[in-house]
Amino acid sequence: MIHFLVHDENDSVGVVVVEGMKAGRELTGWIMDQDREIKVRAQSDVPIGHKLAIRELKSGDTVIKYGVDIGRTIAPIKVGEHAHVHNIKTKRW
Amino acid sequence: MDLSKATFQGYKRDDGRVGVRNHVLILPVDDLSNAACEAVANNIKGTLAVPHPYGRLQFGADLELHFKTLIGTGSNPNVAAAVVVGIEDGWAKRVADGIAATGKPVSFFGIEGHGDAETIRRASKAAKDYMQWASELRREERPLRDLWVSTKCGESDTTSGIGANPCVGNAFDKLYEHGVTLVFGETTELTGGEQLVAARCRTPEVRDKFMFMFNRYQEVVNRHKTSDLMDSQPTKGNIAGGLTTIEEKALGNIQKIGKKCMIDGVLDKAEVPSGPGLWFMDSSSAAAEMVTLCAASGYAVHFFPTGQCNVIGNPILPVIKICANPRTVRLMPEHIDVDVSGITRREINMDQAGDRLLEMMLRTANGRLTAAEALGHREFVLTRLYESA
Repeated sequence: MIHFLVHDENDSVGVVVVEGMKAGRELTGWIMDQDREIKVRAQSDVPIGHKLAIRELKSGDTVIKYGVDIGRTIAPIKVGEHAHVHNIKTKRW
Repeated sequence: MDLSKATFQGYKRDDGRVGVRNHVLILPVDDLSNAACEAVANNIKGTLAVPHPYGRLQFGADLELHFKTLIGTGSNPNVAAAVVVGIEDGWAKRVADGIAATGKPVSFFGIEGHGDAETIRRASKAAKDYMQWASELRREERPLRDLWVSTKCGESDTTSGIGANPCVGNAFDKLYEHGVTLVFGETTELTGGEQLVAARCRTPEVRDKFMFMFNRYQEVVNRHKTSDLMDSQPTKGNIAGGLTTIEEKALGNIQKIGKKCMIDGVLDKAEVPSGPGLWFMDSSSAAAEMVTLCAASGYAVHFFPTGQCNVIGNPILPVIKICANPRTVRLMPEHIDVDVSGITRREINMDQAGDRLLEMMLRTANGRLTAAEALGHREFVLTRLYESA
């Protein structure tokens, strides 16, 4: 069963696509562009549609999704942690 | 899906355009005329009033856009005939003359000097005649290229970029090959992906025009913003659905233009495209504003991918909802026309999802009511450029 999807293998985040994902669970992800699977242990509860980090990010790092820059981190994010507005901001506006 | 021999049953209008609905429109020029228009629509069953809050003391480009949107709405091939009502004759005649250029029946009425009661009596008589005339028009078989298809997404979330938007992109790639007239827009919602859109423009001239429109809208945001727009773009609904930044939202948004089709031209708001292909229209990203502009540009069917489920419809343009979020499909199924949540479970691929949408597009064009139509969603929202005088 697929728990999260990743657009591109260079992405820093994946999207949880099932409901009720709790911290501590080992999750299976599908990298769509390269059609391969990865495993990540969830470090936070992550609601459906929300992102978790699939690589370690330092504060100020660029976040990559679709293989493209989607903003910068404002706090460090560990692999498996919830990645959203509390730790990522836009670089625009 | 082989579209090479695909046809649909449409209403051919005198100007050569083909509609998929047969509305008799009761169109107010201004806010003051809404009451009379709604009274006419109540008197004459099957007619459609489109009340709105504007049309007084507008000037310059904002007034021009007001006229262009009203005339475009009445001229849309999904409209068989129109009754225009304004507080006075002058602007009502201007709108009616614009619609009459399509060759369809149109009458106009000014309220001043008559009052609501007399205006409603006279306008109701015209509306009844049009309604009976339109009821005898018949659909005929038309080639796929006669269909104009617009797209705009709304209440997007991360599943929009994964499933619903690339599903539209897959369908757009397939329609493009067959000479269908397509459009997308949402200018600010390309922010962070504008370079990818620019790279898809067919010529340097198209690219320059696109970047001009894009930068013009960025200036509006920069002039008026009081923050990084984190409550507006992404919206609260987007953020609840997991989208974090405008860049992430934009990259999901542009999945709607597929992988192959090229942007052949750029339209200003409510401008009518001059030929087939994929057009970019400068437009607000607010759902009802953008869909209203698509209708005013002459589009006959709309693809609306959604994540958290924006419930929008349009009075004259059938809005087909596509959703890939399993939770939304479970909680709000009455709003969804095409469920592609199977993509998130790897049960269907994008080619199959695109075909599902195209099948629903043809059924909708042939007369099937969309969920938004059946639920009575008729959001008609005019875009304003600045304050009234």
